Amino acid sequence: MSEIVFKAPASLCDVSTHYCPGCHHGIIHRLVAEVIDELGLQDKAIGVAPVGCSVLAYDYFNIDMFEAAHGRAPAVATGIKRVHKDSAVFTYQGDGDLAAIGCAEIVHAAARGEKITTIFVNNAIYGMTGGQMAPTTLLEQVTTTSPYGRKEDQAGMPIRVSEMLSTLDGAKFIARVAVNTPGNMAKAKLAIKKAFEIQLRGEGFTLVEVLSTCPTNWGMSPVASMTWLEKNMMPYFPLGTFKTPEEVVK
Amino acid sequence: MAEKVLMKGNEAIGEAAIVAGCRHYFGYPITPQTELTEYMAKRMPKIEGVFVQAESEVAAINMVYGAAGAGARVLTSSSSPGISLKQEGISYIAGAELPCVIVNIVRGGPGLGTIQPSQCDYFQATKGGGHGDYRNIVLAPNSVQEMVDITLLSFDLADKYRNPVMLLGDGALGQMMEPVSFNPPENKIVEKPWAATGLRGRTKPNIINSLHLKPENLEKHNIHLQEKYATITANEVRYESLHTEDADLILVSYGITSRIVRTAVEKARQEGFKVGLFRPISLWPFPSEPLAALAKTAKAFMSVELSAGQMVEDVRLAVNGAKPVYFYGRMGGMMPNPNEIYEQILAVLQAKGDK
Ligand SMILES: Cc1ncc(C[n+]2csc(CCOP(=O)(O)OP(=O)(O)O)c2C)c(N)n1
Ligand code: SF4
Repeated sequence: MSEIVFKAPASLCDVSTHYCPGCHHGIIHRLVAEVIDELGLQDKAIGVAPVGCSVLAYDYFNIDMFEAAHGRAPAVATGIKRVHKDSAVFTYQGDGDLAAIGCAEIVHAAARGEKITTIFVNNAIYGMTGGQMAPTTLLEQVTTTSPYGRKEDQAGMPIRVSEMLSTLDGAKFIARVAVNTPGNMAKAKLAIKKAFEIQLRGEGFTLVEVLSTCPTNWGMSPVASMTWLEKNMMPYFPLGTFKTPEEVVK
Repeated sequence: MAEKVLMKGNEAIGEAAIVAGCRHYFGYPITPQTELTEYMAKRMPKIEGVFVQAESEVAAINMVYGAAGAGARVLTSSSSPGISLKQEGISYIAGAELPCVIVNIVRGGPGLGTIQPSQCDYFQATKGGGHGDYRNIVLAPNSVQEMVDITLLSFDLADKYRNPVMLLGDGALGQMMEPVSFNPPENKIVEKPWAATGLRGRTKPNIINSLHLKPENLEKHNIHLQEKYATITANEVRYESLHTEDADLILVSYGITSRIVRTAVEKARQEGFKVGLFRPISLWPFPSEPLAALAKTAKAFMSVELSAGQMVEDVRLAVNGAKPVYFYGRMGGMMPNPNEIYEQILAVLQAKGDK
């Protein structure tokens, strides 16, 4: 008897995505879908797609989905979760969406301890609009709106979202992960799973920040992008778990 | 008949929403509607409802988008500057065809303006407000009782057409107290098979969305929306008229202003002038046809508003040059008194040479 040991997650549609070669959005989608499958949540998961490269995420997840206005996903998720308290609600957001235009919405969803999970994809740039500076763009990083490199006196320092949100009491689980190696992918999946579990236990707000590449707008090959992510992003955005319910309880 | 209770306009809206089956309210305080937000904060927990004070009007309307898309009857309220912030979300809600009720208790503008009653948001309410080709159903009560009745009606219309409904009041209506009764609503609770609730046994996911990347798809969606708006226009025009049958001059006025105008019209009638009042209750769809019909008998119209002249444009469109249309308005929270309007009536009648 043969046995299926690896198959596509049921929570993911059998379609090809529009993501560029080497982009991490696709990997992150898959990890989220695997977690939804493994926790048996396909029937009660509701996702909120952002405005950004993952704007079409609702075409890729095989679950009920919303498309939200730029940055507003946490407010939309709040409305959904308050109606269906037993559902598993998540937002999937880029760094421009979450840390720029939607900064108030994410801070206050976390502060309220909204029982949702946010998958926060940090690629240090605006992907969809063609490579402008994001709040997470690194110092000296060249983008179309920081053509001479990001300067502190002009644009300030990049925001460390996970660290910032960890200071809020309503945030119960905050972790930063990456999907650049198989080992990191496994850790990323564990973090996403934990975030959903904590949401379902009704403990509060959960967020997993995933460091991600944007070969297209960084102007690099997929392989060079991985190296750039490790050399430049990881030192400024250290991987790790910033907050767990245990720590919140103290 | 249900028993009468004395209630403030803002609070009466809140209670009516609850009677209509609304259990979700998302809002942010702003004068002169804050009592509604406070009322919901007090009442919702008592009936296992949901009250969330959002961090901003932008967040509040997006919470409404989430709750409406998830299938709930949902209310939000604000006043002029707050409604400006809500326009982003209202456009998305209209685009995604979600039902919700939005209350605007208007104050004087532009900018921070004043907290006094005004009708300066007519354009914003009836002509879109946010981006894109869309319409809200806009209903304008002129008493606390009507605030109740229109709130009840609004939830039904929102569900029926999957469209935002705006109750357009003003600071005076929001703040005044009058006896009201909560007549049992028709309350047509409708099934929402399109709502995103989690699959729960369904095999095809429900998507709540306003993105249509292909121009031909978006045009198709827009044509569908316009057809829906045409159906609403055919079915949901509401107005009231007084002494219009034989009137030479018809004053057109809505909301709180219509009550002041009514006093002036009654006085003019007592003095023997053939004057009438036409009061649009639905500002969108605007009662253009009934007004056009009146243009056959009336000699002139005068729009009276708490603005620089906004509804007067719709009156002119309806009358379509058949008869002169005059305008009288006060701004910035100033309210005319009946004598002031009476003087305007005399001025117009004299200008027309009619007694
Ligand atoms: C209100 C509003 N402002 C601006 C935009 C344009 N816009 C679309 S995507 C985007 C940036 C998205 O970047 P990010 O969130 O980092 O996601 P990525 O594309 O990198 O995955 C911007 C500015 C918009 N759609 N709406
Ligand atoms: S532009 Fe960047 S973030 Fe967007 S799909 Fe391409 S690689 Fe990914």
